[in-house]
Formats: sequence, C-alpha cells, structure tokens
Amino acid sequence: MAEASPPLLTTADGRPLKEALATAQSRAKRRAFLLVLPLLLFVFLTFLVPIGYMLKRSFEHDGFAASAPAMVAWFEANPDFDPANPPEEAFAALVQDLAQMQATKNTGMAGTRINYSVPGSISLFKKGAREAAGLTPPYKEALIALDPDWAKPMLWRGMVSAADVYTAEFYLVASDRQLTDEGWARGEDNERIYLYLFFKTFLISGIITLVCLLLAFPIAHLLATLPMAKSSLLMIMVLLPFWTSLLVRTTSWIALLQEQGMVNDIFVGLGLVSEDGRLTMMYNMTGTVVTMTHVLLPFMVLPLYSVMKVIPPSYARAARSLGATSWTTFRRVYLPQTLPGIAAGSLLVFILAVGYYITPALVGGADGALISNMIAANMRNSNWSLAAAVAAMLLVAILVLYWLYDRLIGIDRLKLG
Amino acid sequence: MKKTLILTTALVSFGFAANADVTVMSWGGAYGEAQTEAHVKPWAAATGNGAIMVDSDNPAPAIKAMVEAGNVTVDVASVEYADAIRLCDEGVLEPIDAASLPAAPDGTPATEDFLAGAITECGVSTDIWSNVYAFDTTKFTGEVPTTAADFFNLEKFPGKRGLKKGAKAVLEFALLGDGVPAAEVYALLDTPEGVDRAFAKLDSIKADVVWWEAGAQPPQLLADGEVVMTTAYNGRIFAAAINENKPFQIVWDGQVYENEMYVVPKGAPNKDLAMEFIRYATSTEGLRAQAQHISYGPARKSSFAEPIVFKDGKTVMAPHLPTAPENLGNALETSADFWVDHDAELNERFQAWLSQ
Repeated sequence: MAEASPPLLTTADGRPLKEALATAQSRAKRRAFLLVLPLLLFVFLTFLVPIGYMLKRSFEHDGFAASAPAMVAWFEANPDFDPANPPEEAFAALVQDLAQMQATKNTGMAGTRINYSVPGSISLFKKGAREAAGLTPPYKEALIALDPDWAKPMLWRGMVSAADVYTAEFYLVASDRQLTDEGWARGEDNERIYLYLFFKTFLISGIITLVCLLLAFPIAHLLATLPMAKSSLLMIMVLLPFWTSLLVRTTSWIALLQEQGMVNDIFVGLGLVSEDGRLTMMYNMTGTVVTMTHVLLPFMVLPLYSVMKVIPPSYARAARSLGATSWTTFRRVYLPQTLPGIAAGSLLVFILAVGYYITPALVGGADGALISNMIAANMRNSNWSLAAAVAAMLLVAILVLYWLYDRLIGIDRLKLG
Repeated sequence: MKKTLILTTALVSFGFAANADVTVMSWGGAYGEAQTEAHVKPWAAATGNGAIMVDSDNPAPAIKAMVEAGNVTVDVASVEYADAIRLCDEGVLEPIDAASLPAAPDGTPATEDFLAGAITECGVSTDIWSNVYAFDTTKFTGEVPTTAADFFNLEKFPGKRGLKKGAKAVLEFALLGDGVPAAEVYALLDTPEGVDRAFAKLDSIKADVVWWEAGAQPPQLLADGEVVMTTAYNGRIFAAAINENKPFQIVWDGQVYENEMYVVPKGAPNKDLAMEFIRYATSTEGLRAQAQHISYGPARKSSFAEPIVFKDGKTVMAPHLPTAPENLGNALETSADFWVDHDAELNERFQAWLSQ
C-alpha cells in the first residue's frame, strides 16, 4: 500500500512552491523585525540596561577594595585572623593604606563604604588618614591612641567584608540585620524597619486592590449596560480624574479630609461630630488608602469595562429563563465571565500600589510610609547600593507574586481590553 | 532621506556644541528664582556668556547620577552642606580653589571674609538657611511661644504641631527643646543615651504631630489651621508672611542652621566658566543680591556692610536672616560631619520609631 507521492507544486518560473514561499516569508519577517527594532533597542537601553545596572550595584561596591590594596592583600593572606585582636601587621597595612589614601584623596570613598555597615567610619578614616604619615611603629598602639575605635572588632569585620568587591551586605541590611562585634546579627528592635515596611506595603496594596475592585465592579457594569448617551457621560466622569495630575488629586484629598477640611466642616455643621471631636482622616493610614484608591480606581474600571462590554446579555437571560435566581445568575454565569477583567485590573492596581511613592509621602503621616519611601530616602542619603538592594527585593517579591498568579489564575486569561 | 537625517543630526549637535551656556541646577521655587535673579541673569549680562537655570527637587542625587553615567549636563549645582562634603568624598565633585575666590571690597581675603566652615574642599556657601519653628499669631490670645521648650509644652500651648519627617534637624531640635545647651547637642547625640533622650522628647508630643515632607507643606498646614505651630525652613515662612501677608511669626530660639553650597560636578562641560560663575555669585555683592530676594543669610561678613533690603523696597532683611545677631541667641549649626557619619543609621531608627 505505497502512497503515491503528490506532484511537486512549482511556481511559474519552475521553483518549488514551498521554497519560494519560505523566501518570501523570511523577507517579510526580516522587514517586520526591522520595524520593531527601534522599540527593542529602546526597551533594552531605557529599561533592561538601567535595571541590570541597578541590580549590579546592589551587590558590587569597590569603594574600599580599590583604595586599600595593602589591606586587601593582608586579608587574603590571613583569612583566619581574630577581628577582636588583629596583629601588628594588619595595623601596619592599614596605616600604609591610610597614608596612600591621603595622598590620592580617596579616604572618603573608603570611609563611605565602611560607614554603610559601621556608622561613624567616615570621620574615623578621615582623621586616621590625616595623621597616618606621621605615625611610627608599633602602629597598633599608635592608631588606637589616635582613636580607640580602631580596635573595634565590628570595624575589622566591616573591613574584611568590604575588601571583597562583591558583597551580600546590602541585602543583609535590607533584611534588618546589623553588623555587631560578633558578626551579622538581628538588628536592634528599635531600628528594624525594612521587613516591616515590606509587609505593610503588600498589606496596604492588597487592601487598596480590594476596595478598588468593590467600587469599580458596579461602575464598570453600569458603563457596559447603560445606553450610549448616559454611559459616555459616566465614562468621562471616570476618565477626567485619570487625566488630572496626580499631585492635584492628592492635594485635593488633603483639602477635603484634613481636620479643618470640608468633610469635617460638614460633619460639624450637621452636628454629627463636635468641634473638638473632628475626625482624623488625613496623615494616617486612612488617608493613604482613600487617596490611593481614588488615584488607582480607573486602572480597575477600564479593564473590567472592556471585558463586561463583550459579555452577551443573552447568557444571563437564558439562565433566568431556566429558573436561576438573580443571585445564582450573577454568581454562576456573569461573574465567571468577568474574571479575566478582575484579574487584569487587580494585577495592575496591586503592582502600581506597591511602587507608590509620592502619595504616601504627602498624606501618609507617621505610619503611612511605604517601602518606596525608604528607597527614596536611601537615594537621598547617597547610599545607592542599599536602595538598589531594597528595590531588587521588591522586584523579586513582585515576580514571585506574578508567578503565583500565573499558577493560580493563568496569565493567558488576563484581558486588558 | 538618510543624508538629510545625518545632516540635521550633525547640525543639531553642532548647535549644542557651539552653545557654551553655563547650566546651573537649583531647587526651583522661590529659592531657584532668587538665584536666577541674583546670579544667573546678572552674570550672563555682565560677561556676555549664556547661562540657564534648571530646577530639580534635589540636585545632589541628580548630579551624582550624571557623573556616574558619564553624561554631565550641569556645570554648577546648589546642594546641601552635608551633600557637598559627601559627594566630594565620593569623588563626584571638582575641588574649588578657595584662594581664587574674590576678596571683600576692603581687601579682606575670601578665606577670612567667609564665616567659618562656609568654604569646603569642593563647595562655596551661597547662603545660610535655617530650620525654625513658626506659629499663627491669630491662634494665640495672651502668651505666645518664644522658646524651643514651648514647642514641646502641650499643657501651656495645646494643639497640633507640624514636624519634618526625618531625623536631621529634628533630633537636634528635640534636645534643644529639652534644655540641652547648643554646644553640647552633638556630643550628646553621639551617645546612645543622647539619641534615646531625643526620641523620648519627641515621644512626649508624638500623638499630636502632623509630619511634613516637602518644604511647601508647613506654611500650608499653618494657613489651613491644621497645626498651631510647625517647624519649617525660615525662607518659606518669610515668603508667606511678607509676600502673602499671613500672620505667621518665626521663633528663632532653638534654630538649626546650615550652609547651602554651590558645587561643580566632575566632568562639567564648561568647568572654567562654572568656576568663573561661582566666583561671581559668591562675591560680596553676589551674596548680597541673593539675600535681597529670599531671607537666607549671606555667609560673608562683608555682605552685611550696608543694610540689605528685600526686593519689595521696604522690608529690611537683617531681622529675618538666620545669621542676625539677635536670632543667634540659642542657635545650633548643623554638624555635617555628624550627619555624614550617622545619617543612614539615625534615619532608620527614626522611621522605625515613627511606625511604632
């Protein structure tokens, strides 16, 4: 039962059709690729390169390693020395480096690097470098006489760690760990802040996402079902705030909700609260949640609307005609069809909320700071490596959530419009 | 098509190259405006060079990013004192030769004419600004607050307080309010007990504090009646009181002041012109001119030779400047060395304390 091979199809000039088609297609593909090439380059240069550079900074810092060659060499030769009691040779190497730093003017760079884990080191290094050239052996006694801090085991641990260009130090600090005389340990209770803020950021973002969903669902449903004239008006009401500057919206909420603000004035006028009992709705968690919910609401409404718009009303009518109650119809027929929109909106709102910076800074008050505010604070204090480490941890946390989301709901079910 | 592109690109880049404008980066707002009017415009007019002002919400991280990326577009930047030292340590700034700065009109060399600490390795002071506290005079009948201790006295002066959300200047203010003499504040803050004491003082008013982050917020908080008194940058309160006739009054007792510095980022495109600009701007007359636009005090003694009058033509500036002798009674100069060492550590502690 041999199958007869089909006759070879050819083009008019006798080339096999398959081959000609492939050539034509690959040419079209190349042209298409050239068209998207500028975009790819743009994404690469403005997105991937800076993120890669930032991630690199979070584990690489040569401030000390590059300016203290003698110390780096000594640490390499003596990996097992006792930081509580470093020998004379270690101090000799240190004095040699300090003298050289003074000559090449990079004391500040070395001190700054050590200061990240051992506060107070910048001035210690500057003072040491100024005097280094005049010191005479034994260097250990001479340096400790200059400042007893040179004998601190914590300082020596910091220098060993900084002698390596690559370090996990910034990630340790970003997980609330602290360098002590005995090595890295859990930070003091009154200085632990990062993990708490990570937790709080995700909690608040979750609350905001939930509130946004509850508010946006009926709005989107109305938008999708009202007659054209009314729904366009409603749409404009959703979009107008969306087009307004973020700062304007944030400060408007301050004017509305602060203690001497309009809402409290109305409450006092109606006799609902007394003059002294004005509600505190701004400069705290409430203010942050209210303002951010308002700012992020359109990101929930629009994906929901685009999904609801294409759900045929006949499905719900069919369910009702088969005897389902309106609740069952909603739960079993309508809601499952809106899931892609809910998923897309929630993901969008949550990820935007996690990175929010200016709104919590303005309305957050004492306990309203989020993790992005700490990243900004570290940028301001010129500790970019720590800022990068915190940002990298945030990025990883979001990627994990994204992965979970993909496993639970499936990214292909996402529908943005 | 391709040729046209190459040609226009070449022309545009040539246009940029030929245009030797000195670019000054400052803080915008009333402050940037003062420097534009007092330094940028007159210098351009006097020398015939181009000069433009660009705004930033904090020039220090901006120029650091430029230097690290190897793409410096700014020639002169106005940065805080601690940043002028920190960025100099990190090798981000060009050293400035103090000997090249112009002498006072009477011939006193610049190094003696400037107040102590106003010239550093990489920066020259443009003015001295201050963290003060202010209150709304209409909110008090009878006695008004006059000392740093009054700010922390909720029994005598009930009502909400505005405080800057950050450790710097706030911890010092707390210790000053607790009765620590200005000369001992930093020695005390260098010890764990001193830091605990500062936080304990802040604890005593924590429930009644509205925290602010941007310099524009405190005058707004006062105007809205959200707080009865608030710490603020003295220039912002001056602007609200003089320009907008708000009934705000500054309490100078317990002020924490510091220098603001002009610096030149490493690799500035017009380094020599930038140095020339700084020499012009920080001359006796340059500093005087800036103080006529905003209530931050010149750091040169010779700038005070004649009374400085505000641009409205009638307000005499001396009593509104942090460096006026009558305002320096109980005043503290920010220690840049202390904050360069302890900024990160104390800010983490401060944030943790806030969220407790």
